[in-house]
Amino acid sequence: MNKLNVHDLNVWFGKHRDRVDAVKGASFDVAQGESFGLVGESGSGKSTILRAITGLAPDWSGAMALDGNPIPKARPKAFFKTVQMVFQDPYASLHPRHSVDQVLGETLHLHGFKDIDARVVKLLDDVGLGQKFRFRYPHQLSGGQRQRVAIARALAPEPELLLLDEPTSALDVSVQAEILNLLSDLRRDRGLTYLMVSHDLSVVGHMCDRLAVMKDGEIVEILDVASLRAMKSTHPYSKQLLEASL
Amino acid sequence: MMEKLLDIENLWVRFPSRNGVFDAVRGVSFTLGRERLGIVGESGSGKSMTGRAILRLIRSPGIVEADHINLEGQDLLQLPEKKMREVRGQRISMVMQDPKFSLNPVMTIGDQIIEAYRLHNSVSKADAYAKSLEMLEAVSIRNPERVMRAYPHEMSGGMGQRIMIAMMLIPNPEILIADEPTSALDVSVQRQVLDIMDKLVKDRGMGLIFISHDLNLVADFCDRVLIMYAGRIVEVCDADKLHEATHPYTRGLLNSLPRLDPPRDRLDVLKRDPEWSEAESVSGRI
Amino acid sequence: MSETQSLREWLLTETPTSRRHAKISAVYQGWLSFRSNTMAMIGLGILVLLVVVAAAAPVLAPHDPFVQDLGNRLAPLWSDGHVFGTDSLGRDILSRLIYGARITLYIVALVALIAPVAGLLVGTVSGYVGGWTDTVLMRITDIFLAFPRLVLALAFVAALGAGIENAVLAISLTAWPPYARIARAETLTIRSSDFISAIKLQGAGPLRIITKHIWPLCISSLIVRVTLDMAGIILAAAGLGFLGLGAQPPSPEWGAMISEGRRFILDHWWVATVPGLAIFTVSLAFNLLGDGLRDVLDPKAGE
Repeated sequence: MNKLNVHDLNVWFGKHRDRVDAVKGASFDVAQGESFGLVGESGSGKSTILRAITGLAPDWSGAMALDGNPIPKARPKAFFKTVQMVFQDPYASLHPRHSVDQVLGETLHLHGFKDIDARVVKLLDDVGLGQKFRFRYPHQLSGGQRQRVAIARALAPEPELLLLDEPTSALDVSVQAEILNLLSDLRRDRGLTYLMVSHDLSVVGHMCDRLAVMKDGEIVEILDVASLRAMKSTHPYSKQLLEASL
Repeated sequence: MMEKLLDIENLWVRFPSRNGVFDAVRGVSFTLGRERLGIVGESGSGKSMTGRAILRLIRSPGIVEADHINLEGQDLLQLPEKKMREVRGQRISMVMQDPKFSLNPVMTIGDQIIEAYRLHNSVSKADAYAKSLEMLEAVSIRNPERVMRAYPHEMSGGMGQRIMIAMMLIPNPEILIADEPTSALDVSVQRQVLDIMDKLVKDRGMGLIFISHDLNLVADFCDRVLIMYAGRIVEVCDADKLHEATHPYTRGLLNSLPRLDPPRDRLDVLKRDPEWSEAESVSGRI
Repeated sequence: MSETQSLREWLLTETPTSRRHAKISAVYQGWLSFRSNTMAMIGLGILVLLVVVAAAAPVLAPHDPFVQDLGNRLAPLWSDGHVFGTDSLGRDILSRLIYGARITLYIVALVALIAPVAGLLVGTVSGYVGGWTDTVLMRITDIFLAFPRLVLALAFVAALGAGIENAVLAISLTAWPPYARIARAETLTIRSSDFISAIKLQGAGPLRIITKHIWPLCISSLIVRVTLDMAGIILAAAGLGFLGLGAQPPSPEWGAMISEGRRFILDHWWVATVPGLAIFTVSLAFNLLGDGLRDVLDPKAGE
């Protein structure tokens, strides 16, 4: 059974004349334990798909299913225990006035955990931040450190599916390597399923097993990474993208 | 022997703050001929500060010091501000990262280009308009009249950047400093913009300083590369020999990039050696 | 922490060891930032002085502010026992000024408590929920914004009788709409941030998001706005007092004092001018404080 099924997804913003179709007829499946990439340029709709899955984009049609069960229009709390998201901009995804401890503590509290202190300590260790970062505020953290906190927050409810929206595009190259390694390790250790969005084919090629190439809201091709590396893509746009990245 | 357009010796840029003095650029020296010189580094390496220091765009409390910054023999640090204004734009131009922020949003593109042109050349508005159209065509903009009437927000990123390049090249400068000109653009558009810059720089025999964090892009596009770390130059090499670089920081950067060709399980993580920021800056002089 | 680490180091540390430590450190650093602004410190100093004077009024005032001495009316400055002279009923102006500080503080405190709080509530709910709630709340805000303060005060006086409380109520009712507007504008900006999306993905409801995530970010601009508005509020209260709609005689409210001294302004100018200068000084102090606070609290200017 697939972890995530998306069938004929349409997402739009605005009404009538001002309506913009960000995603048109997207269909793909993500298997349990797989790492699936969504690649495209800006405006291709890849991030919008993630927002639709998490309920942050209200106007959508089509079918989405998690573990075989259709995803309801109003996401119940249990949904967020299974599906979590890491956002792109580490400078915008943490509340400027909340310390790391507050961010993680609040998340754990919302999901009903009781042993919050112990879990906060463990989460910080799991993402490679020590205890000395626990009471810092975001402005006292570097970009890579903030992204680790964001990952810790996403891991707090012990999810099974992690949605990653360009998690390293705002980071320096050397920091990117650390975060990508962290994400690979976490996936292997916890058996997580990843749906990763990126504009960078080499990142997707490194992190993912299969990927979908998007252009102007549509998925133009789905291929596995081995074919990508062998430059065996079929759609002309994918070829174009490949050539531009090399 | 390439003619030296720019000669910088021992450049320091310091920022005094409440917690002491922060040195953004420490003892950087290099020369620029009629070539494409890349300056690569991560955030905090001082690469953008170097570019701005050359144009003396760093305001107090920042302090810029150097033995000299010679533009064809003339020391820019000694010039009074009035003379420096004549240099900026006329002899050395700068293209920055995001055209959304470097183009004036409330003026039409035509007005901005014409204004820029007439700042450096006393010509009639009609002549300036004609020259602007010429420049827009030179950067492969197909409908220049329409673009002249449009506002910056109506342009896509790639077009905006091409307009910036057109604007910056109108006064025929000798040197162009490009600070992350393609970082805000999509991959397919990047190539286009770079090709245009390349052609213009070659045709006019200009010197180009290309500042970027993207090692591969710079290696592809430039002739020579300076790699900066913590305000110093740690390595200098020819672009085509970048993959034979020797300094551990450069090697570290190259190895930590995810690549499509050989698949790797884990990316090599850069271990920063404090030695790198202590060591003397490598000279980028030819 | 080790004994050798001084208090200053503890406060300025980059690695706080507990929640309390982190909060105290943040406040201390904000204080240091504020302290470097001389004008703001002057403003703060004047206001501290105001509070002290008001608190110690019975001790500081040389005379009873209500005692009349018709034989010594309109005594000039520096006359015997009356530093600022006496008013038209022979009451010592300095003492009235000192007791009047209490009234000024009372007005300031009440309005500062009512108006921004009401504005914050209305603005954040309106901005976050959007839709019809937003439209309705904003139109209500517009209605209150349309009332001229003095007209509303007149209406209240007609309905409830004159007095300082009704004047304060009238001022508060016309002062809250701008705060609602500010809070709403901030909420609209914050609402689309990633950190709000992130907490929604943890199952947080609107109440938690508004109170724990949006309010902390709005409060800085509201505090700054309140201090900058204080000057206007004091002047409004003075204006109402001047018209006889606020504090009633023999209350030593500064605006009322100006009103009483108006008739004598040509020959005995100090009767009206001295309370006027007091109002000016306190208003200026609030402005300076507000500027200083904005430099410290504005999230865009720093941390």
